[in-house]
Amino acid sequence: MVANLGYGALVITFLISIYGIGAAYYGARNNKHAWVSSARNAMLLTFPLVSVSALCIIYLLVTNAYQVDYVASVTSNSMPLYLKVTALWGGQPGSLIFWSWLLAAFASAVTLRKWKRDQEFLPWVIIVSLVTLAFFLALSIFFENPFVRLWQTASGGIVTAMLQPSNSIPFIPADGSGLNPLLRHPGMIIHPPMLYLGFVSFVIPYAFAIAALVTGRTDDRWIRITRRWTLVAWLFLSLGLILGGRWAYDVLGWGGYWGWDPVEIAAFMPWLTGTAFLHSVMIQEKRGMLKHWNMILIILTYELVIFGTFLTRSGVLSSVHAFAQSAIGPAFFVFMGLTFVVSLSLLLRRWNDLKAKTQMTSLFSREALFLLNNFLFIGILIVCFWGVIFPLISEIFTGQKVTVGPQFYERATAPLFAGLLLLMGVAPLAAWRYSSMKTLGRAIWKPFIFSLVVVGVVLFSGIRNWAAVLGFWLCAFVAAVTLYEFWRGARARHRRSGESLPVALWHLAGRNRRRYGGYIIHLGVVLMAIGIIGIEVFQTETQGTISQGEQITLGEYTVAFNSLSVFDTADGRNVARAVMAVSKDGQYVGELYPRRDYYYESQQPMTIPGVRSTWEDDFYILLIDWQPISTAGATFKIYHNPLVNWLWLGGFVFILGTLVAAWPDRDPERVKVKTSSAQYAAAKA
Amino acid sequence: MMINRRSFFIIYVILVLISLTGILLPLDGALAQEISPSGPTDDEVNAIAKQLYCPVCENIPLDVCPTQACTQWRELIREKLTEGWKEDEIKNYFVAQYGDRVLAAPPARGLNWLVYIIPPLAIVGGGYILYRALKAWKQVPPVSEEESQSFAEQDDEYAARIEEELRRR
Repeated sequence: MVANLGYGALVITFLISIYGIGAAYYGARNNKHAWVSSARNAMLLTFPLVSVSALCIIYLLVTNAYQVDYVASVTSNSMPLYLKVTALWGGQPGSLIFWSWLLAAFASAVTLRKWKRDQEFLPWVIIVSLVTLAFFLALSIFFENPFVRLWQTASGGIVTAMLQPSNSIPFIPADGSGLNPLLRHPGMIIHPPMLYLGFVSFVIPYAFAIAALVTGRTDDRWIRITRRWTLVAWLFLSLGLILGGRWAYDVLGWGGYWGWDPVEIAAFMPWLTGTAFLHSVMIQEKRGMLKHWNMILIILTYELVIFGTFLTRSGVLSSVHAFAQSAIGPAFFVFMGLTFVVSLSLLLRRWNDLKAKTQMTSLFSREALFLLNNFLFIGILIVCFWGVIFPLISEIFTGQKVTVGPQFYERATAPLFAGLLLLMGVAPLAAWRYSSMKTLGRAIWKPFIFSLVVVGVVLFSGIRNWAAVLGFWLCAFVAAVTLYEFWRGARARHRRSGESLPVALWHLAGRNRRRYGGYIIHLGVVLMAIGIIGIEVFQTETQGTISQGEQITLGEYTVAFNSLSVFDTADGRNVARAVMAVSKDGQYVGELYPRRDYYYESQQPMTIPGVRSTWEDDFYILLIDWQPISTAGATFKIYHNPLVNWLWLGGFVFILGTLVAAWPDRDPERVKVKTSSAQYAAAKA
Repeated sequence: MMINRRSFFIIYVILVLISLTGILLPLDGALAQEISPSGPTDDEVNAIAKQLYCPVCENIPLDVCPTQACTQWRELIREKLTEGWKEDEIKNYFVAQYGDRVLAAPPARGLNWLVYIIPPLAIVGGGYILYRALKAWKQVPPVSEEESQSFAEQDDEYAARIEEELRRR
């Protein structure tokens, strides 16, 4: 009953979406506002309808309705309630519904904004949003239906079908398979929704860009409207990536946070183009330049969002044959191809309208440096894209699968990332329009001297690795420039207005949140870079099999194996837990408890590290193996990860900066009314 | 102006060259190690396993893969090391058994060359387009010394610039 309701809601939403697309198109082409309004209502209706569908799945998950195939595959009796709810995005069919749900929410929200000044955009924004939504709904309805049920045929076989096949009875398993243990971590519970939010919210600026191309209103209005949407999309995507890194560090048991896995890169690619876009739109806003480029970037970001979902959902990464066998893969492929061709055709049609009226006046101006920044981001994108698709190309042409591992990406992107850091230090000091080597030099020399002092300290501390020294220099330089910018701005305001320095800084940042939010983001990147240098350059590891009472030494740390216990838990796990005593420089610093959980339902092991975290380093122990008969001997892998916590702190600062930049301004009209009513009251008095 | 453009071009060329060297340098593995007299240690086994990928799991290096199959493959590396096999011989053995996919990077031969060549070519091509675009932009007389100084040093001017940018938002 509930499954039928959920499925029915999906089908109705799909039909309404198709109607909305037609109504918006007809209304826009024939200038009939009533049809556009009707399309808008259709758009608004999609959210409650997809909500019904999503809530039906959640209800089925929570009530252990195992006759529904999806419920049986991602939940089990022993799972706590919160995990049953989050199992909505624990498997493919549920994830797709979740995608549609979020998209319907965002697209409905955008149709609720004030459209008075931008009436001509409305039908096209609705069309783009609904086409995307209809595509994802179609995937759910036709290929990955989360409501299909299990039936037992007369011959005893189990089949899945939405409606009861003839000569069959409902089949209800006694228990489900349970959620993949790797997905039972708090990071993994929040990580997918954040990524999905980032993905779907990038649909909105793309929809406005397409609306601008179709209507020919190619000034920077679409950029101004979507500025905050883009920042919000970027915020969620960044948060998703950072949480993903944290999840990998805590759960995957390899002592790292980023493995250059294709699934990770799939989410990273739209982030790269999105970040380039965030910088490059500023050039269009300030100088009216790069209109073509901004269109290309937002089209690329949209396509990469769909491509990322395609990569992770079609099975293409395991094998191109899996892609060919699944219906969902070709459907994605066709959708990406069509949207890309249509977007490019529209762009080419408006190519002449998008020509800039102003010119680049100085190659050291802020806009020129932003352009260079875009070049580096796109360079990283090319490396990532090629690294991800090359194994597929190799498999198609040679039948041989190859692996493109982290070394390829690290070597190819490290210089580009270093270039980005350098630009992050130089660009904030360059003025718009005019800037020369000389003016830049005058602004830079103080932070530069400071950064050299830091390099001196780094060398004095005994660090001789050239990559680390270069990295720390760049970090110090960017941090100094950014803090210097805060200082210069606050001091100037303090001199002009007489406000105290902290108040001046607060007001200055409040007046231009995007600028100073951006600087906070830069500081976050610096902190993250410190953590990355620490773990990438200075990480050490060792592995050893020891008996109880024996020790392993790694650098200044010594770890003693005290005991190991193996026991079953009420939630269906077999846990092997070691007690390890950790000493640093001969001083006892505490106990760690690395463990290995084996989930009976899904027959999967999970390695949970024992970690001692400080600002200086993480000491990270994994229990690799132990003797099953006697727990006297066990194998441990130990990592020493210097500075890694600066990465997480940087992530926090990064998100904080994005929040500052994206924080809504006061509505200018409301401010005006308030002022005039205050003036009126004063005049009356 | 020409000096500026030239310096800009030089910076770009340096960046591209650095990225090229990053990609094109051969992906060497850990240095071959002397095997301990008491048999290979876990670290010696992992030094090789780190350069190999699990043939059954997706994108997981052999040294950290928790599956039973990978444990057995690590033991196989240990056995080969005990028998006196060199690092390259062990890697070749795995390639012969399971194909090129067990290597952390495609061996530079045949079609695989594309993986190393395309990104630098694309970056160089993109850089060339960028350079041409910058060159095509009309030259505008550079700002005078006095003006430049005012942008960089005087706080009042700096504040005025910020205010100006705020007004233009």
